[in-house]
Amino acid sequence: MFSDYSLGDLGSILAMQGFAGLILFSVFVLMALGLAIIFGQMGVINMAHGEFMILGAYVTYLCSELFTNYLPALYNGYFPVAIVAAFCASGALGLLVEWVLIRHLYRRPLDTLLATWGLSLILQQVYRSIFGAREVGVELPDWMLGSTHLTDTIEVPINGIIVMCITTAITVAVYLLIFRSGWGKRVRAVMSNRTMAGAVGIDTERVDRMTFGIGCGIAGIAGSAFTMVGSTSPTAGQLYIVDTFLVVVFGGAQSLLGTIASAFTISQAQSTLEFFTSGSNAKVLTLLTVVAILMVRPQGLFTVKVRR
Amino acid sequence: MSGTASVKTFFLSRKDVVCILILAVVIMVVFPLAFDNFRLNLVGKYITYAFVAVGLVMCWGDAGILSLGQGIFFGIGGYAMAMFLKLEASSPENTKIQSTPGIPDFMDWNQLTALPWFWQPFHSFTFTVFAVVAVPALLALVIGLAMFKRRVGGTYFAIITQAFAAILTILIIGQQGYTGGVNGMTDLRTLMGWDIRTDHAKYVLYFISCLLLIGCVVFAYWVRASKLGRILVAMRDKEDRVRFSGYDVADFKVFVFCLAAAFAAIGGAMFTLQVGFMSPSFVGIIPSIEFVILCAVGGRTSVLGAVYGALLVNFAKTTLSESFPQLWLLGLGALFIAVVVLFPDGLAGLYRTWIDPRIDRLLGRAKPEITGSIPPAELTETTR
Repeated sequence: MFSDYSLGDLGSILAMQGFAGLILFSVFVLMALGLAIIFGQMGVINMAHGEFMILGAYVTYLCSELFTNYLPALYNGYFPVAIVAAFCASGALGLLVEWVLIRHLYRRPLDTLLATWGLSLILQQVYRSIFGAREVGVELPDWMLGSTHLTDTIEVPINGIIVMCITTAITVAVYLLIFRSGWGKRVRAVMSNRTMAGAVGIDTERVDRMTFGIGCGIAGIAGSAFTMVGSTSPTAGQLYIVDTFLVVVFGGAQSLLGTIASAFTISQAQSTLEFFTSGSNAKVLTLLTVVAILMVRPQGLFTVKVRR
Repeated sequence: MSGTASVKTFFLSRKDVVCILILAVVIMVVFPLAFDNFRLNLVGKYITYAFVAVGLVMCWGDAGILSLGQGIFFGIGGYAMAMFLKLEASSPENTKIQSTPGIPDFMDWNQLTALPWFWQPFHSFTFTVFAVVAVPALLALVIGLAMFKRRVGGTYFAIITQAFAAILTILIIGQQGYTGGVNGMTDLRTLMGWDIRTDHAKYVLYFISCLLLIGCVVFAYWVRASKLGRILVAMRDKEDRVRFSGYDVADFKVFVFCLAAAFAAIGGAMFTLQVGFMSPSFVGIIPSIEFVILCAVGGRTSVLGAVYGALLVNFAKTTLSESFPQLWLLGLGALFIAVVVLFPDGLAGLYRTWIDPRIDRLLGRAKPEITGSIPPAELTETTR
């Protein structure tokens, strides 16, 4: 099959395929960051994470509809507004869910898995009732469309570049939040020793609620970015949740760097393999490799040394 | 506790025997009398889910290992049986219009010209029956050894089994020529010359499923009453203490995981026989997690509870999704949350708290008798 391509063509294909992988990687990272905060820091398995992401996507969709109908002059600027709105909506829902449901289950991680799965079913049905079962797409403003030519044979879509910029910004923000802010210090204190953190005067319940809320908010941003590369349907979140969990577990649940590295490995492997074999085979091979590595190294790629 | 000592020599207490007999009467006498053939066939389908739920009680309720991949084993059991039936249905006479007669129709559509090697042994019924149990148990053994020997458990195990379920579904859908793809294996006709599509055959298969289920339930009771069962529960509640007492915890976990896999596979095989097809929609993440909810609703620490849970949830599903398709998903979601937050011991917990003492009073016993089964344990909080 390769005899039809020249060496230069193959290089370009590899580069463009790599870029497609980078876009997938960005969405993975955004989803996995929120999940890594919630799972890695709190030990809660949030199966409804995909639905929080889809909420962000629907909020973005609503924003774009609002701008088209009422502020067509400002349509070019809807996206920043949508990102903030998506973060607030998903974050607020996260706070509510934590208060109503999750805080009763902190000591039973397996039960949070079942309860949040139930929540995800409810959210899916709610989305279906409100927005319909059909997929909805956002019309991108002109400046986000099209692609730039890096060389004669390599071209990259602009919306992909924007998604990657958002991802970089959010990743840096999360890093600063966790490792450089007072709040992050409290989160890390609660995670390494809940009782002691409480004893030195940290309100552990409040820290938990904020952590969950921010994790969900980041999922909302992921959803917002997701609208630029795919269309939104009520069950789209479920397609990503297992992959994202594997990303988090593969990277080592408590390590942000690990999450990013594993998202990169998995998405690049998948999109590169997709070119050589069919899509489903690429996925099977990637997942099998990840699972096999996890069996040899259950703690994931990167680990944080914690005394237990 | 008078009377218990003499009964305890047998692994079932008098009360257990009565409860199992009641279940047998309900599914083998009441249901066949009360339902027409169509409804009875539906119940037969639910009964096959109950196999998985019973396995989950052993694996999750007793040993504290939550597997989100029981659909894998249900599916492999079902597919193994479907492969045998499909080969029988694709005899050269039946398939002479194909370009290659004698191979299943979906292989012909996918330009396969010969039967793949792993299909060959499924010409034999003995091998098929063996494979239905052995292949899933072997897979569970491999997964279990790899995970439990490295002390991976709890949430990690749940996520990885879920990933396996996802992988297997993608694989089955992708390898259309070997597996029938997303449609699964349809048009299954006869079992060793016996037409399984007639009402009479479905009736007979229903009773075979019921008998097998009762067999699995009794076997589960036997395991739970044995020392092994006690160790499983001890392991769930304080794994380190069991390890320090000199037991190899991993071996017990592997065993119970394989047992649950074998139960699920028997259910899958009976499912194929009764429903007449098998498809990837019974393998993936969603069915796997629905099996868990059957078990949770019935009561994760009660074998019989899980059977009733499987029947009730599926009755509700069929009734609700027939009349209000929108409401069903909301109801299922709410059920998940309610069972976890409000009734962690499910139906069996409610029975033990409210009904059981009343029955005892009615029968004139002063205090509830302690049965041979495992007492309602508090929730497993220590699964890492």
